[in-house]
Amino acid sequence: MFDPAFGGVPKWMYSRRITTVGGIGMGRGFISRGFRGKRRQAEADDRVPPGQYLVEGFPVLSAGPTPHTPLAEWSFAVEGEVDEPKTWSWEEFRALPSEEITRDIHCVTKWSKLGTTWEGVPVDLLLEGVDTAAAYVVAFCDGGYTTNLPLEEAMGGKAWIAHTYEGEPLPPEHGGPARLLVPHLYFWKSAKWVRGLRLVTEDEPGFWESLGYHNHGDPWREQRYWGD
Amino acid sequence: MDEQKLDGNAAAGVLAEIFTFEITTARSTCVNCGATGEVGAQMAYVSEIGTVVRCAVCDNPLIRIVRQDAGPQRYWLDLKGIEYLQLQERL
Amino acid sequence: MTDAPRKLTWRIGEVVETSPDTPRTKRLFLDVPGWEGHRAGQHVDVRLTAEDSYQAQRSYSIASAPEDGRVELLIERLEDGEVSPYLTDEIRTGDGLELRGPIGGWFAWDAREGGPLFLVAGGSGIAPLMAMIRHRQATGSGTPVRLLFSSRSYEDVIFREELERLAAEDETLQITHTLTRSTPPGWKGYDRRIDEEMLGEIAFSPDERPLVFVCGPTPLVEAVATALVGLGYEPTRVKTERFGPTGG
Repeated sequence: MFDPAFGGVPKWMYSRRITTVGGIGMGRGFISRGFRGKRRQAEADDRVPPGQYLVEGFPVLSAGPTPHTPLAEWSFAVEGEVDEPKTWSWEEFRALPSEEITRDIHCVTKWSKLGTTWEGVPVDLLLEGVDTAAAYVVAFCDGGYTTNLPLEEAMGGKAWIAHTYEGEPLPPEHGGPARLLVPHLYFWKSAKWVRGLRLVTEDEPGFWESLGYHNHGDPWREQRYWGD
Repeated sequence: MDEQKLDGNAAAGVLAEIFTFEITTARSTCVNCGATGEVGAQMAYVSEIGTVVRCAVCDNPLIRIVRQDAGPQRYWLDLKGIEYLQLQERL
Repeated sequence: MTDAPRKLTWRIGEVVETSPDTPRTKRLFLDVPGWEGHRAGQHVDVRLTAEDSYQAQRSYSIASAPEDGRVELLIERLEDGEVSPYLTDEIRTGDGLELRGPIGGWFAWDAREGGPLFLVAGGSGIAPLMAMIRHRQATGSGTPVRLLFSSRSYEDVIFREELERLAAEDETLQITHTLTRSTPPGWKGYDRRIDEEMLGEIAFSPDERPLVFVCGPTPLVEAVATALVGLGYEPTRVKTERFGPTGG
């Protein structure tokens, strides 16, 4: 086990420079012999943003306890810089027209899932007829989580309030009964357990945006952290 | 049953990257509800996106940590949820 | 705070021995150069790095007593796991394993803290409690200890032989098993999930103010902790380690 060529240091202890997929990596040192991990390589797929890898499962990442708001108590609000705040009960919300959509999703922690299927109410529909001078929106959720977007990034067919995933009601651990879905941005912006959108004239960094994560979060420009 | 909810002790690893003294046995007082207890006895939500330690009584975030690994290594640490920490030498 | 301040850093331990324990578990013995020791109950973080620098990290409780020079980890192979199958199926003697620790001074016990000590384990949750039992034995401590250990079946009882031997040699160590999925012929012990009635029969009386450590899958830990507080145990003397979805 001790290789004299390495001056008596056990072979498993020497560090190696390695490169990361698609770029120059920092010398990470130790490599675990024979470890591959479960993710699939992206293989220069132009649907996978830089620095991401594909996963088979759907990882659950949480910042707090999973809420369990009974549907009878659930409501969704559009409020803030609006002439008339609006609210929908669960029945009213589910009576609105929904769209089925298929999108790729990208988490800032580097996993991506291609072709996920959802059903939800377009945010455009919820904001229809809303008169506002606001340029930004804050999504607020059960448990206190928030995330922020420029209002135009939540409109124009780019965002939904999703209630169904893969043909089934959205499970609580993935944000059910309803979550914001904004797949063109890193998935922390697709706020779980969403309860409303507050339109604001000044941007308000949300839960993660106020603690190091990039205010915008475009996966194609790798906007993960402040200053990226 | 919330699989992501762990004991505060589960945050010990990332806390030990920042603090050189043992935080899990420090007593924290929650700014929201005033409950006092060892950090290890609070609730921890630990994942690759960040770690949040929440008050076991009222769920208010006590400690939030984000770590950036690539490029510069940076940490963001929010302790606003703690009124004060009491640290005592282990006997 | 009595220990000299030091930053937690990653280092590489050498796998010096591997040993299957039950059909689903394996014991890994590591020699970690410069290991400063640990307290019974603490854990390490283990990190695996693939050739393309992809990394996966998990926490594992240290099963060995502080008095043992090696670091022993108890690995349960999770079907859908990413790290545990590597540690049970691939890693071998002579390999390096990147780890950092010891971590987590809150869920720890020193013999000088006394007791009595009530330990409740579910499956691989026995690992940190085994460190406590072994530490107690190594120091010759007479602190009374009771272990209530829930396993799926007799074959799945981790550290079974060692626990039997320790209990046979020491009447102040009492071990009660409960088997939740199948029992061997002639089994006269508990055969159900731990509940308040079982705890009432096995645990020390609340008047004795035991130190309690509960470790295992989250549902077990929550049910036991809730029941103990309901039975009158002091919440500050009941410490829990939920394993969460990725085991322990």
